Amino acid sequence: MSTKASRTAARLMISPAVILLLGWMIVPLGMTIYFSFLRYNLLQPGNNPFVGWENYYWFFTDPSFSAAMFNTLILVGGVLAITTIGGICFALLLDRPMFGTGIIRIMVIAPFFVMPTVSGLVWKNMFMNPVNGIFAAFANALGFQPIDFFGQIPLASIIFIVSWMWLPFATLILLTALQSLDQEQMEASEMDGASWLNQFWYLILPHMARAITVVILIQTIFLLSIFAEILVTTNGGPGTATTNLTYLIYVSSLLQFDVGLGSAGGVVAIILANIVAIFLMRMIGKNLDA
Amino acid sequence: MARAVSTRTKVTNTAIAGTLGFMMFFPILWILVLSFKTEEDAIRAPLEVLFSSDWSLDSFAAVQARSDYFKHFMNSVIIAGGSTLAGLIIAVPAAWAMAFVPAKRTKDVLMWMLSTKMLPPVGVLIPIYLLFRDTGLLDTRIGLVGVLMMINLPIIIWMLYTYFKEIPGEILEAARMDGASLREEIIYVLTPMAIPGIASTLLLNVILAWNEAFWTLNLTAAKAAPLTAFIASYSSPEGLFYAKLSAASIMAIAPILIMGWFSQKQLVRGLTFGAVK
Amino acid sequence: MSIKRTLLTTAVGFGCAITSASVVSADEITIATVNNADMITMQELAPAWEEATGNTINWVVLEENVLRQRTTTDIATGGGSFDIMFIGAYETPIWGAKGWLTPLDDFADDADYNLDDIFQLVRNGLSADGSLYAVPLYSETSFTFYRTDLFEAAGVEVPTEQISYTEFAEMAAALHDPDNGIYGTCQRGKAGWGENMAFVGTLANAFGARWFDEDWQPQLDSPEWNAAVTYYVDLMTASGPPGASANGHNENRALFKDGKCATWVDATSAAGDVRNPATSTVADVTDFFKAPMQATNKGTGWFWSWALAIPASSQKTDAAKDFLKWATSQEYFEMVGETKGWVAVPSGTRQSIEEDARRVEAAPFAPAVVDAILSVDPADPTLLPVPYTGVQFVAIEEFQGIGNYVGQQVAAALAGQSTVEEALANSQTFAVREMTRAGYIE
Repeated sequence: MSTKASRTAARLMISPAVILLLGWMIVPLGMTIYFSFLRYNLLQPGNNPFVGWENYYWFFTDPSFSAAMFNTLILVGGVLAITTIGGICFALLLDRPMFGTGIIRIMVIAPFFVMPTVSGLVWKNMFMNPVNGIFAAFANALGFQPIDFFGQIPLASIIFIVSWMWLPFATLILLTALQSLDQEQMEASEMDGASWLNQFWYLILPHMARAITVVILIQTIFLLSIFAEILVTTNGGPGTATTNLTYLIYVSSLLQFDVGLGSAGGVVAIILANIVAIFLMRMIGKNLDA
Repeated sequence: MARAVSTRTKVTNTAIAGTLGFMMFFPILWILVLSFKTEEDAIRAPLEVLFSSDWSLDSFAAVQARSDYFKHFMNSVIIAGGSTLAGLIIAVPAAWAMAFVPAKRTKDVLMWMLSTKMLPPVGVLIPIYLLFRDTGLLDTRIGLVGVLMMINLPIIIWMLYTYFKEIPGEILEAARMDGASLREEIIYVLTPMAIPGIASTLLLNVILAWNEAFWTLNLTAAKAAPLTAFIASYSSPEGLFYAKLSAASIMAIAPILIMGWFSQKQLVRGLTFGAVK
Repeated sequence: MSIKRTLLTTAVGFGCAITSASVVSADEITIATVNNADMITMQELAPAWEEATGNTINWVVLEENVLRQRTTTDIATGGGSFDIMFIGAYETPIWGAKGWLTPLDDFADDADYNLDDIFQLVRNGLSADGSLYAVPLYSETSFTFYRTDLFEAAGVEVPTEQISYTEFAEMAAALHDPDNGIYGTCQRGKAGWGENMAFVGTLANAFGARWFDEDWQPQLDSPEWNAAVTYYVDLMTASGPPGASANGHNENRALFKDGKCATWVDATSAAGDVRNPATSTVADVTDFFKAPMQATNKGTGWFWSWALAIPASSQKTDAAKDFLKWATSQEYFEMVGETKGWVAVPSGTRQSIEEDARRVEAAPFAPAVVDAILSVDPADPTLLPVPYTGVQFVAIEEFQGIGNYVGQQVAAALAGQSTVEEALANSQTFAVREMTRAGYIE
């Protein structure tokens, strides 16, 4: 169907998007790479001399660097584990017959639409505050010592908040996948006397496999750059307990105003993200062909 | 559901799911309650809060007096709506072409587009900030419309692509046989079939742009500041502030929450690039 | 321009009518401010200025750490987003010397404004190379807030002289009653050079520590620092509120006003707010004594002022200057006195206001506060000699980064995430790194 003329037309139609995205990628990226080789501190205006790999040396030897890598890993892994497993449970539950499905679904999905800044602030102040928070009130009522969430278990608290926001997403997608499960097959297996566990393991889980992959892939894209939740709750602390790679770069370039160092970090993050990206792209691509 | 289910099972299911759903929703419900309380009541123990009889709109009034809600709201609408529309204008032709005139490299181009989404924003903030300064775009709505459009463009193209893919090519060929021009083909044949897909793309991207908090916070000061910036000014207390924080939060999330509820079906498709339907 | 119009039109088409296109008649200025009580008051009173001049103000209200990041980025890149910003005694001289701020020397020519009425020490702190670069809303040192009723109930004697931190810890322990929601002491724990390090910095001074020696060699691994931070962690663990590592000035102020703290060493500028019955539940039962000392009494009370400055990149200097004059004028302080009560007037700025009979009557503690502020000597802050000025900060631009990092480490030690030794060792490594990078040391 594609004639030569229509191919030319197609090219013309694609080109604005391609040119814009190319520009969006190359210009800031080029500048970032360029800055990463300069001694460039916003607070010391001057001639920003070329310093070679110095910034990279300082970034990799930053005492916070290994902590940031570790925290990024735990944060992404933790949220993925909670939302995927939780999402499967929620989806199985919501797929069962009940009254008021619509309302319950709406309640479960709601957190996904909350701004990251809002959810960070609300959890921090109204719930996790060890003096006036609701959790503290419950702990006191039951005679326990209230937990100081952002002092004692800072990273777990962040994982909790982020999971709250992403669990609805996982649930929504897994539920949609579950609903397309062939009921006759289920009934047949029931007649054969398969236990619920067997059904889950051999029928339901394989059916949801593709949706689960998608949940993991898409969430990873967004979770790698978690920022606002950390900014409004812990500022990356105490110490470096909640500093992820994104936040570390923020600290270098916008709290120490060391653009050179921050840019070096940015380049490192971009490279790492692209390694993950290549991996993810492959899988998404496969899923789309299937 | 073909199987007969006893009412008792249904009641049990409802109870379990209802409890879990309520727990998920509770934080939002709670700030809704607090936003109608006085500051003194808002920090009391949970049960006392619930049963204290003073309900008031003072917090909303205080928030409005301190930071003009409607200005921020309008900025959010313009930025989220504008960036989505601008994105659609660029993405519709591109997605159309890729779906109907696929070339050997189409898939690679799509992959590459999505990979630009992987750029960590902090890595390129300073360059963008400097570019914005030099072009006078700092704290302007047009600047943010541009940035958010670029951020979401890959997703918009992907979503539209998966929708357009489902429009059978035969219909187009039939139309062409009947002598329809390209323009007519697009207006009379394609558009009606594409409208649902475009609509859900629009919804999802408005939501994403509305909640975007990194660029909107760092590239605006006052004039173009959307609701994400509005909420940022309540991030640390000056005295008792739970009721005010709650009111501000409700005001910031309510529009998109309502919109999101109405579009949950489309969201699944949109967010999974059509991989799950 | 046409793109912009197209976009705006499409936005309208999207379903939301743009109600008002802003008509620019007079100037529209943008002010970046921290969300402290005195600034919120200014925001409430500012419509008076807007009406009088026809100008309008866009307020950008931010939390302290975020404010610093936004204003510094803007001014260092010449972004020009703000016409007026709230900055402090740390930034003003550094930025002024770089030519990033508009000099305000012509304020001296305005007889109505009466610049000389503003305390000389404060003006000096906001000047560089003999030029004035910012005008103060309030100035502060630190002292101890305490609850008279709790001291009485616990039978703790109120000190009349400057006590030692050791005695202070005993006092806090005696007052600590968490079962009844009373904590012996509340101190800043939220990381940031202007947050926890303000208190910890003065504490370190009291223990005889210093940030750098005469050759700019960082001293954070010294026994004095170790003693100070160990004391701090022990004090807060034994007698502090839960979650102390998240509490900054504003959080502690809220806790204190809510009656949860028996003692609190913090800014004198909070005194008016805490003693104001309209905003505080402990207004009648709060009094003050000096911040404690330990090995020395030098540098035990900090010096700070929050001031208004105009970035050199502002296009609306005239309107901005007019606002600065209004917001730090005698009339403004009187207006705060009339509307919010004389106890709530921002302190430590104008002699005439501090001596005003209405002020002295409403805030009997005010003269002592002024004396305390004027007795601070930022040029001689420590027991051992140092190459820098500044009591709770070091007036070099690298300090922001170092102070923030050390603040994070101290917060980690406070939260029990690391030991004091680890925290200070990390801090030292980082400080050496930064000072090496900046070329102060080899």
